[in-house]
Amino acid sequence: MQATLGLCLAMPSAAQMNAPLTQAPSAKLMARQGETMSVQLHLQLGAGYHVNSNTPSDEFLIPLKLTWDESPFTPVGVEYPKGQLEKYSFSEKPLSVYTGDFEITAKLRVAASAPKGPGKLTGKVRYQACTQTICLPPRSLAIQLPIEIR
Amino acid sequence: MSTVKAAALKPVKDRKPAPDFTLKDSMGRSFKLSDYKGKVVLLNFWATWCGPCKIEIPWFAEFEQKHKDQGFAVLGISMDEEGWEVVRPYLEKTRMNYRVAIGNDTMAQLYGGVDSLPTSFMVDRQGRIASVHVGLVSKSDYQNEITEMLAAGNNTRQS
Repeated sequence: MQATLGLCLAMPSAAQMNAPLTQAPSAKLMARQGETMSVQLHLQLGAGYHVNSNTPSDEFLIPLKLTWDESPFTPVGVEYPKGQLEKYSFSEKPLSVYTGDFEITAKLRVAASAPKGPGKLTGKVRYQACTQTICLPPRSLAIQLPIEIR
Repeated sequence: MSTVKAAALKPVKDRKPAPDFTLKDSMGRSFKLSDYKGKVVLLNFWATWCGPCKIEIPWFAEFEQKHKDQGFAVLGISMDEEGWEVVRPYLEKTRMNYRVAIGNDTMAQLYGGVDSLPTSFMVDRQGRIASVHVGLVSKSDYQNEITEMLAAGNNTRQS
């Protein structure tokens, strides 16, 4: 049985240089031992910024990537949104990017032996953001989702 | 092209010494910023993943070629975490006729942290920071500063 949970979208504060990418607060996930669950991450990028998509246009660009920490959950797959092709003045060719709000959907299998009760699903989204004139170093957005295993 | 407005050169009396550092270039040769005393230096922090940085690189190569005999040098400090593993292939594809080294957090902290790229410092012949540029600046702004700083020569020395 699959459990699907969409997380509520919250409005983050204005883009900050140290954290242009944010995650909306989430309701607690509910899952059962042995089942595959689908988790949607709602992410929001500050105004004026873009991040490379999971499949950037250039070999030197750093892709956006979701990874999970070790836990009783086994990653099954990650579905990234299709990147928008945007032309920027500093690039000869259009770049495959995400801007504004976007969602990543991840599937994870809950181990049959996963301890019941409350816990946390943790991971990170690695990304690299730029505006038209500056680029921030690659950063990781910590992902922490409360979960209840039955 | 989108650029940020460049700040003017600081008055000599307001210029602070550029922190010295030691790095190794792409040939494995160790060098210090202080080795360049007597020259005007464009100290540029960049990375292979930085699109706006790559716009500036051909300009800097042109400046190096045009002004090297007048006592000018560009130093390109890459902030790529993977270091030479990614920078060396990039150098092979790109004409960077100036010295390139891999920076580190310690060195970046000396220069205020270098939180975004490109960030460039214009260092005068006496080793003082004459201007700082954060973000993509127009080629003409850089050229004007270089011309002014080269013309200033030793007359800018003040106690």
